[in-house]
Amino acid sequence: MSKDIIIGYYPGCSLEGTAEEYDRSARACCQTLGIQLETIPDWSCCGASPAHCVDHVLSGALSARNLALASKAGMSAVATPCPNCLVNMRTAGRDLEDPETRKRINRLLDTPCEDSVEAISLLQLLVEKVGIEEITSRVTRPLAGLRVACYYGCIMNRPPELMNFDDPENPMAMDRVLEAAGAVAVPFPHKTECCGAAYGVPRKDLVMELSGRILDAAHELKADALVVACPLCQMNLDLRQGQVSAHKGVEYDVPVFYFTQLLGLALGLPDKDLGLNKLAVSPEKFLSKLEREG
Amino acid sequence: MTVLDLTQSFDASFADKVAKESGQDLSLCYQCGNCTAGCPYTFAYDLPVSKVMRALQWGQKDIVLTCKSIWLCATCKTCTTRCPNGIDVARIMDVLRQMSRRQGYAPEKKIKQFQDSFLDSVKKHGRVFELGTMLRFIARSRRLTDLDLGPKTAMKGKLHFRARDICGREEVEKIFARYQEGLDE
Repeated sequence: MSKDIIIGYYPGCSLEGTAEEYDRSARACCQTLGIQLETIPDWSCCGASPAHCVDHVLSGALSARNLALASKAGMSAVATPCPNCLVNMRTAGRDLEDPETRKRINRLLDTPCEDSVEAISLLQLLVEKVGIEEITSRVTRPLAGLRVACYYGCIMNRPPELMNFDDPENPMAMDRVLEAAGAVAVPFPHKTECCGAAYGVPRKDLVMELSGRILDAAHELKADALVVACPLCQMNLDLRQGQVSAHKGVEYDVPVFYFTQLLGLALGLPDKDLGLNKLAVSPEKFLSKLEREG
Repeated sequence: MTVLDLTQSFDASFADKVAKESGQDLSLCYQCGNCTAGCPYTFAYDLPVSKVMRALQWGQKDIVLTCKSIWLCATCKTCTTRCPNGIDVARIMDVLRQMSRRQGYAPEKKIKQFQDSFLDSVKKHGRVFELGTMLRFIARSRRLTDLDLGPKTAMKGKLHFRARDICGREEVEKIFARYQEGLDE
């Protein structure tokens, strides 16, 4: 048994609210795979999209507070499940490298951010620190041939110079994790098309159109499920699936899992660790197919 | 045919300011149209992103800062990723939105109201309190929305009725206060 890897963890606000099952399944998968996640003490919100729409220095300061806390706690890197938090932390890290911007960011903070730490996605952590081979060897309950469409969302890998992981047009990390879990990852042309991001509340019409395109594509490819890595994408595709169905006059019935939930299933983790009962679109069809196949 | 006299409205200092704030060389854009072709929001824009770039090069401050597109851009970064000249177009859209906001424009009022409600919640609690953000948005925009989602999230145990403030709540509040002071100077 290899020694546990200790890494900083930044859940982000959604994971305490509408995406609790992402948090729970992420922690459970990491623990099973020998990664010890240590939550940044007293972390605060990164400001998500609204902060960088208002001001880059404000947004940078909100993330810098967390990066400074992580550094103070002796963490060498911070993993976050949410791509929006990730992009904010990475942007802040880059902006802090410029002495003039660093000064402007630090002016807003009680404790200046002197040493920043690197931020990576939870997906990158699993693929690079655990590895596909190791994941494959730990699978006890393969997702026997179930067809999944991996949807990465728009910003997990973009822009490539900043995110520095996987391919910005055709990312494959999640496909490889799901294949290791025994599923068939269908080539999904919409894997990086925006779902409507944070406009669910103020401009629902945009989400209906954009999330509708993704659901259409998954439906046409006869995917048994969509698999996501972003709490906002999940909300738009799962919680709002009924709204999209009503808007488009098409009855969608596609379960939308976090990749950690399906990986957890394949690792044989109990349901209570995966929060499958928290999904809006019932995963029953998927689960019964899994039992039949298995 | 309408003839526009762009020399009348040309504002070089505006283009310079955007270039400086975004750290991008605007002159590198040669209108290949990749950004517009890839932008998932073009269907909703009043000005496609390549035209925003062109108007920017021409120093057309009013056209750029009052268009809806800069508020509808969701920063998905497809434009930045696909620009053959390495221009961070999404960063420019961000900077334009920030300028537009500072100058009091908000052609997409509901988007601004949502962003304000979200940040109010962060400022108050240190983390976003989802229900509080929704209630603030409803109060600001005076329209009820997503009533169908309330019961759904409540039944799944995802709707929290009370905010959980962090210990460093005041530190976060001070980040916002100092930012605001900087604007007033």
